[in-house]
Amino acid sequence: MRAAGITSRVHPLWLAYILHRLSGLGLALFLPFHFWILSLALTNPARLDGFLALTDIGAVKLAEVGLVFLLAVHMFGGLRLMAMEWLPWTPPQKTLAAGATALSFLIATLFLMQAV
Amino acid sequence: MTAHSLKVTIERGPDTWDVFDVPAYESQTVLDVVSWVQQNADPTLSYRFACRVGMCGSCAMMVNGVPRWTCRTHMSKVLKDNAVTIGPLRNLPVVKDLVVDMDPFFDKWVGAEGVHHGTLTRDDPIAPVDETSEARVEANAGIECINCSVCYAACDTVAGNPDYLGPAALQRAWTLLNDAKDEGRVAILDAVSGSGGCHNCHSMGSCTTYCPNDLDPMSAIAGLKRETAKSFFRRGR
Repeated sequence: MRAAGITSRVHPLWLAYILHRLSGLGLALFLPFHFWILSLALTNPARLDGFLALTDIGAVKLAEVGLVFLLAVHMFGGLRLMAMEWLPWTPPQKTLAAGATALSFLIATLFLMQAV
Repeated sequence: MTAHSLKVTIERGPDTWDVFDVPAYESQTVLDVVSWVQQNADPTLSYRFACRVGMCGSCAMMVNGVPRWTCRTHMSKVLKDNAVTIGPLRNLPVVKDLVVDMDPFFDKWVGAEGVHHGTLTRDDPIAPVDETSEARVEANAGIECINCSVCYAACDTVAGNPDYLGPAALQRAWTLLNDAKDEGRVAILDAVSGSGGCHNCHSMGSCTTYCPNDLDPMSAIAGLKRETAKSFFRRGR
């Protein structure tokens, strides 16, 4: 070990990077399982119904929230990365674009919450 | 320990470090502290510095795990509980104590074609440079690099891939690509699109966060990513 660890990672860009990476890893681990469950609709519908019944359990509902979070964070992380690397915008332009996206996402979520 | 003395831990090897009591002064820099230790406590301590005013880029070290130019870093900024830990720059081979071998860093500077590609001779008229052109503004944004290797030490991609050219070398390639006096476009794009090139960058942004001169190598590398991609789709043109 060294006398001091590496603390130069504690800044927003690096945290955004690791969040994107870990959410991607989480989704990659989930997807094969997801497709396998979906395939049960063709091969073993009774077993699929058994799995679908699990979604009434609170813990599973919570896990679904986590899954939606991973998807959302990975999608916006990807959009952020593409905008940052492919659009030669100035930093204030990027801040405005991120702000506009966040605001529209917030308004859309509010509409969705009213609908359900 | 009184408030007038600082607890300074200096890394001397992979698993060894020494702790020194160093008297505190007003406006004391990290380099002042290292110099005090070498002059008053342990003359065998090796470290590197030259200008002491943030121009030469030779005194960079890890301070509490963060790469910094030590001559322009005040102790008041880095002290935690009256203590500080100082080590050699990350991602470079250590020669002794706080001195690292900068050769890989400068080799990659050349590897990224960070050299002048001229076509004119002394008999040709001097090419005019339009200071307001978009390309010149891009180039100007990156030319104040002092080669201190702080960005190179901050970069996790360098740590994970020894062949990666690193932020400083790629930023220099980007400034030359935008320089009206440089004719090395094909050589530069070729050099920065290889296996150790700009597409290794994960945009973690540590280079831009810690550059002591407030330069933005991450955006320069993003520029190279765009140019190499455009060149690929235009088949080298």
